[in-house]
Amino acid sequence: MSINGQAYIVGAYEHPLRKAPDKSLAQLHAEVALGALADAGLSKDDVDGYFCGGDVPGTGPFSMVDYLNLKVRHADSTNIGGASYILHVNHAAQAIAAGKCDVALVTLAGRPRSEGVPKGGLKRADSPVQPDYAWETPFGMTILNVYAMCAMRHMHEFGTTPEQLAWVKVAASHHAQHNPNAMLRDLVTVDDVLNSTLVADPLHKLDCCIVSDGGGAVIVTRPEIARQLKRPLVKIRGAGEAVKHTAGGAIDLTYSAGRFSGAAAFAEAGLTPADVKYASVYDSFTITVIVQLEDLGFCAKGEGGRFVADGNLIAGVGRLPVNTDGGGLCNNHPFNRGGITKIIEAVRQLRGEAHPAVQVANCDIALAHGTGGMLGTRHGGATLIMERE
Amino acid sequence: MSVLREALDHQPETKAFWSELAEGRFKLRHCRACERAHWYPRAICPHCASPETEWRPASGQGTIYSYSIARTAAQPFAIAYVTLAEGPTMMTNIVGSDFAEIAIGKPVEIAFGHQVEDGITLPVFRLA
Repeated sequence: MSINGQAYIVGAYEHPLRKAPDKSLAQLHAEVALGALADAGLSKDDVDGYFCGGDVPGTGPFSMVDYLNLKVRHADSTNIGGASYILHVNHAAQAIAAGKCDVALVTLAGRPRSEGVPKGGLKRADSPVQPDYAWETPFGMTILNVYAMCAMRHMHEFGTTPEQLAWVKVAASHHAQHNPNAMLRDLVTVDDVLNSTLVADPLHKLDCCIVSDGGGAVIVTRPEIARQLKRPLVKIRGAGEAVKHTAGGAIDLTYSAGRFSGAAAFAEAGLTPADVKYASVYDSFTITVIVQLEDLGFCAKGEGGRFVADGNLIAGVGRLPVNTDGGGLCNNHPFNRGGITKIIEAVRQLRGEAHPAVQVANCDIALAHGTGGMLGTRHGGATLIMERE
Repeated sequence: MSVLREALDHQPETKAFWSELAEGRFKLRHCRACERAHWYPRAICPHCASPETEWRPASGQGTIYSYSIARTAAQPFAIAYVTLAEGPTMMTNIVGSDFAEIAIGKPVEIAFGHQVEDGITLPVFRLA
């Protein structure tokens, strides 16, 4: 069964706050849910499917379905970290195609900034029951230094430079200056990145994403309902997902699960990277974008550093506008999970509702891709390809 | 009890690794069916799914596959992936070495006696 054309994204909403000390986690989920429903022209009582990741309070969908007082006949709380929400749209489309639900709600929210979750050196939310725990955590492994090891290996094998890494942040800042809600709106240069604190070789502070409160939600529905609503039609063309890991010790840090999720998504969509006018690409760190662009096929393996350099990701300047909201590097990374914002900006671009300064002309095909978990140990990849109808 | 001790207690299948390492013997899990070593150690071979796995003495020799220096830690340290002479690549620390000397491809050897907490010894490496 293919999901190509079986479902549409009809609602998308990003919370305007980046710091929310006075709101509860459940409240943030509810606010983004209602925002996305209002955007679609639907009400909470239309929702019959709920999709959430590991950021919801409580066990899976229970507490949020209760808090919102929803009546759902389908729920899915698959958790692949920050990429979960991109996967959820895939699962929602599958459920809709199979007749398991009609209106699917996907939410992400969090308040790590208000709760004082440590930046940079953030430890994984790992349990000592995990079989891998004792072989990684005792060595001081953090999200930051594992991604740093991926960058180090990429530089070694392909000659990628710190300047090329920095260009990913520079592009994000060029976009974020136009986003009034972005957490960081100042333009930065390659030198600014290289002169920021070296936090884990070869990554500098400005190679790392922000920590923000907030969230976002999207609504997925079947074609008949989408056509009754008043929003521009954003059709799901294809999706893919994959899990990559340490392979019994045969680990290769130079590629991500995106190699497989991207190929699956393009095959289902019947499209190629050359068809994509805009891409949301998970930017937990600058290296993440470079590795994923290669794995998705926007350039050859090892060419990512050269591909992102010289403004090639900047709307109106480069060949492939990426993360025109400012991404996780400058705009928003709620709950340390950016997946939902990747979908939302792609929807804005397809609808022609991105900021005029970053709107891609004739944006008919867009891609959203995420890597959740740890690029350098085990992670999930999810890719979604959408078309403006 | 430390979280690390709790983690080890959850994994009876690798108990021998830690007790052997504490006595200065570095062992790898090998599979008798496919004759490959793997990492991290498991009762069931991740390559061929055979349960016929066993501990074998390892050389303790390897090369650095990748690394980073965690510079914002209270005590900066080197984290690394080391590819062992027997094949598998494992996460570890490079200890007792000038950070500037650490590089991808450099040979390393296991450094015994690196106790961390609760008397637990970790498999760390130093430049050879």
